[in-house]
Amino acid sequence: MTNTLHRFGTPDTLNNDFIVFAMAAKGFNEQGALDKAKAFLRAAIKYQPINMGNALVNSLYRPEKDLTFIKLYFVGRQQKTTYEKLIDEIPGPGSAAVVFDDPNKVKNFVRDVKQLDLGLSINISALVDDVRNICGEVEITPHAVEYTLGFHGDTSRLPERDTLSLTTMCGHGMVSANFAKKMIDRVKEGRMDPQEAACCMAKFCVCGVFNTTRAMRVLNRVKKGQ
Amino acid sequence: MKISKERCVGCANCVPICSVGAIYIGDDGLAEINTETCVECHNCYRSLSFEHLQPGLTRTIRRVLKKMSLRFQPDPDVCPTEAFIPDELSWPRIVRRAFSDPMVTHESTGVHGRGTEEVKTNDVSHRIKAGDVGVVIEFGRPGIGVYFREVQKATMALAAAGVVFEEGNPVTQMMADRAIGTIREDVLDEKVLSCIVEVTVSLADTAKALQTVKQICRAAETVISIGVSTVCNEDGSEPLREILEREGYQTGWAKVNLGLGRASNASISTGGTRS
Repeated sequence: MTNTLHRFGTPDTLNNDFIVFAMAAKGFNEQGALDKAKAFLRAAIKYQPINMGNALVNSLYRPEKDLTFIKLYFVGRQQKTTYEKLIDEIPGPGSAAVVFDDPNKVKNFVRDVKQLDLGLSINISALVDDVRNICGEVEITPHAVEYTLGFHGDTSRLPERDTLSLTTMCGHGMVSANFAKKMIDRVKEGRMDPQEAACCMAKFCVCGVFNTTRAMRVLNRVKKGQ
Repeated sequence: MKISKERCVGCANCVPICSVGAIYIGDDGLAEINTETCVECHNCYRSLSFEHLQPGLTRTIRRVLKKMSLRFQPDPDVCPTEAFIPDELSWPRIVRRAFSDPMVTHESTGVHGRGTEEVKTNDVSHRIKAGDVGVVIEFGRPGIGVYFREVQKATMALAAAGVVFEEGNPVTQMMADRAIGTIREDVLDEKVLSCIVEVTVSLADTAKALQTVKQICRAAETVISIGVSTVCNEDGSEPLREILEREGYQTGWAKVNLGLGRASNASISTGGTRS
């Protein structure tokens, strides 16, 4: 799972995009990892992450499998579940991820996680210098760094940059280029607002690492033809 | 994956959401899946919301509206009649799902989806040692897909360059002969959304290894995403960034393991291996 490593964008557009995730190592510390992962996610609630997820149960934003005509047209759509419900639903150990759009929240959350001393591996995917600044402020010495070197090979098969900025926020490729393009077009045509389109795309990213704030930023910029 | 002809009403909402563009509207006006292109990621079945409309009535309403130049248009993330039917997959097609559906645990690694723990749990597992560099080469990402026959060309080139394939990696597990980098014959014609080849090289050999990867990329018919990782020094610094920048790569986005993990299973009981 490298699902947060290859987000496309310039440093300017990748700003304020932080994914913090906890993971147990198979054969080393998976015993009791479910409760620890839940403790990790519960600690994040205080800082109101913009997304959260675990690949076993889906993210905060999720499809509704029980829509009816009445529910759809008279009650309205339910775009996301609650933090507590998501955490309670997690059935077994797996990675647990939270997404923030504010470095101060990340800093305070990481400080709390350090104090919790869960023993799980904690990683942050973001601009590396921002992570190093946070590590300095909470007095953590990083153990390892993994850099993305970007996309190579037959890159002529890739979509244009705004579409790619949206699709690569789900590293598993569940937000397809055609769907992201459809959302861009709907926003440009005034048929959907950026928030609605961002939430719609987030439902396809089951691990909960899609950054809706950044998606809205991209969509707002594209809407204005920038 | 299948789409029921009895249930589909041809609204085409599923067409753009397919991760590899395998869904299309056929001559009968109903959705179909190109099974050769489909990678069994289950994105359509899992992530579309389902509205339980009666298919016959919905088709009639659609026809009537069409005559009045109006259009039946459900929300873009809704299949109005729950028309998807997941297939029971058998070998070797099941390999497609193992590498493409992020909600499936890969049997060989115990990790969801196509990947491995890489450097994410390295503070506990120490699979990448100080002075080593882990190179992850992901074929087909983002959103293009790849056949294992093409991946094999790369694994053979890497094997010829003398690299060591990571043991706990799904592609390594499917190799027929790691010394020459061949992948088992029965999966070569299977297409997956992406798959990751992982190798470890010494820090001194990083530039050389990246040259080999560059050559592989030049011949590739798909897109390849590359990641490289290393363990930090005691003061948190690391020598890899300088090497990468010297080789012409930008090093903005990264994943940083904070080193807060420790081995704790009863059978291991190391009492902590924090770095």
